[in-house]
Amino acid sequence: MSSDVETLVNREYKHGWVTEIEADVVPPGLDEDVVRLISAKKGEPDWLTEWRLKGYRAWQKMTEPHHWPNITYHPVDYQAISYYAAPKTTVPLGSLDELDPKLRETYEKLGIPLAEQQRLAGVAVDAIFDSVSVGTSYKAQLAEQGIIFCSFGEAVREHPELVRKYLGTVVPYTDNFFASLNSAVFTDGSFVFVPRGVRCPMDLSTYFRINQAGTGQFERTLIVAEEGASVSYLEGCTAPRRDENQLHAAVVELVALEGATIKYSTVQNWYAGDEEGRGGVYNFVTKRGKCAGPHSKISWTQVETGSAITWKYPSVILQGDHSVGEFYSVAVVNGRQQADTGTKMIHMGRNTRSTVVSKGISAGRGQNSYRGLVKVLGGAERARNYTQCDSMLIGNRCGAHTFPYIDVRNRTAAVEHEASTSKIGEDQIFYLKQRGLNTENAISMVVNGFCKEVFRELPMEFAVEAQKLLGISLEGSVG
Amino acid sequence: MAMLVITDLHVSVDDNPILKGISLTVNPGEVHAIMGPNGSGKSTLAQVIAGHPAYEVTAGSIRFEGEDLLEMEPEERAHAGVFLAFQYPVEIPGITNAYFLRAGYNEIRKARGEPELDPMDFLDLLEEKLALVNWGPEIMQRAVNHGFSGGEKKRNEILQMAVLEPRLAVLDETDSGLDIDALRTVADGVNALRRPDRAMVVVTHYQRLLTYVVPDRVHVLADGRIVRSGGKELALELEEKGYEWLTGVAEAVA
Repeated sequence: MSSDVETLVNREYKHGWVTEIEADVVPPGLDEDVVRLISAKKGEPDWLTEWRLKGYRAWQKMTEPHHWPNITYHPVDYQAISYYAAPKTTVPLGSLDELDPKLRETYEKLGIPLAEQQRLAGVAVDAIFDSVSVGTSYKAQLAEQGIIFCSFGEAVREHPELVRKYLGTVVPYTDNFFASLNSAVFTDGSFVFVPRGVRCPMDLSTYFRINQAGTGQFERTLIVAEEGASVSYLEGCTAPRRDENQLHAAVVELVALEGATIKYSTVQNWYAGDEEGRGGVYNFVTKRGKCAGPHSKISWTQVETGSAITWKYPSVILQGDHSVGEFYSVAVVNGRQQADTGTKMIHMGRNTRSTVVSKGISAGRGQNSYRGLVKVLGGAERARNYTQCDSMLIGNRCGAHTFPYIDVRNRTAAVEHEASTSKIGEDQIFYLKQRGLNTENAISMVVNGFCKEVFRELPMEFAVEAQKLLGISLEGSVG
Repeated sequence: MAMLVITDLHVSVDDNPILKGISLTVNPGEVHAIMGPNGSGKSTLAQVIAGHPAYEVTAGSIRFEGEDLLEMEPEERAHAGVFLAFQYPVEIPGITNAYFLRAGYNEIRKARGEPELDPMDFLDLLEEKLALVNWGPEIMQRAVNHGFSGGEKKRNEILQMAVLEPRLAVLDETDSGLDIDALRTVADGVNALRRPDRAMVVVTHYQRLLTYVVPDRVHVLADGRIVRSGGKELALELEEKGYEWLTGVAEAVA
């Protein structure tokens, strides 16, 4: 079997696969040989190849979850996707003038510097954006404290024992259709390891990570905080990226040992498709954290404004006694966007606590669903959950839906669920306009007020950007 | 030049005529009171001056300092110096009073080509304005009108007027729902803001506010028309005789 792989690799190599960027793509389709090829191409150890294959075999037996999420989309042809491509999958543009004017307008409104605009748009530039040098100096500073922050591929090469120890311990390769697919074909992603007792001195951002370009559609991220360690990780960017990959199936695993804290913040603004819903990213992501040790804490904060379809439930397994799980979410749908998002809080340990604050905003013809599970297992004495789930409607063609699942198997548990739905009022907008704000700023102010409890969980600069982003996402949604 | 000139104004809501030919001229420095029974169209007039989208102007014109007000968006009217103190101030949860007021203040300055004020300078400005309505700075950290009592909401409107320094202030039933102490506070604030280059239109059902805020002219509205105009003594006459005297409809004037 392994000679088949070699044949395949060599054959491709003969065609100049390493030297010619255009050829550095595996032909569309997925089978075990392709999985082996990806692994071989990345020079992975055998155990990881085997792990991928197990993921592939599990995936083959699964069916796509078409029925339970409150979303509809055209079926994805998994045999039409090319599962290994050169890091940059978008064709470089000659200049920003070739970019969709709408996208440029958005960049300008967000106040993104020109060089950064070019990077985001995939314009071929001579002077490379200086994140590389910034990233290098940060990296040295982190290394002094024993913190590892690198691409997943680099981690497999440099720290295989750590990857092997934790990979799949939170999201196993058998977890679900998209996670299993990711396990089989993941290309790259981030790896973070914070050793015992170390507090990471800065927010770690994908923005500053070397090798971050084109992490691709099947990202895999693994973050481990050892005993007493803490880290804050920022993912994404407020600027919409030009992206030709329609399907994104990422997996994020977080492991917090005793007394550790992991804070994971996301701003997601992938291409949402045009007004009729054509194009746009399918964002089918599995994110889960495990509070493995007592007194550990995992906190998810997400601002989701992009993608045609969002399907994600950042979750926390509260295994350690006295561990804490948090989920703060703002999800915005406009145009024809659909989001089915929420969280799962699984209480296993004693005195575990979780907080869920979800703010869903629906505009245009968008459909927004909150889906959340609070599960308290038999041994979770005195577990506590508080869930607040608020929806705001803008206009009368959108929808807000709430699907809370509560499963409590311990009599000492206390679970609270509060929900509200409101409509942004003509009177609120008029009041703000009378005080001098234009419609766009008025909507943005009302909506930002609505989302305040979530925004204050975001790191400062991220919060400022997220507020601007919200205003832009909702542009033109009222009268 | 007259500041506000309303000529033969007709206004409908959902095809129901509410105002049926209002004409009114207000000069700088003047305070005009618009009185009348419930349903006479007083609040409609206030909302139309500010540009509420629910009201349709079917005929007539409103000119403000020579400009056609009806052609302007509500925020453009605000930039030009038109202010409405709302009868029912709106709540904006999650946004502090300070942030909200500074946003409005800076938008207006920006529209006039003036530099924006940073948060620290704005706080200095606020301190002086807060004194006008007898408030401490704590109120600025509360969400806009959220959880405010009726009296606090009305005081907040006067505070906003003080900060935004309009050319024309329209006060829509600012006295309704206030106890006597709150009424005094609001009236003192309004009086402190009277200036030779600023005009006010005070819409009220009752005479009692006019004891404190003495108007130059009083107009009585009934069924969408001004049925009587006069000096400040007209308000007292109404207090005595009730609106029935002018409208032929029984109505208490407490």
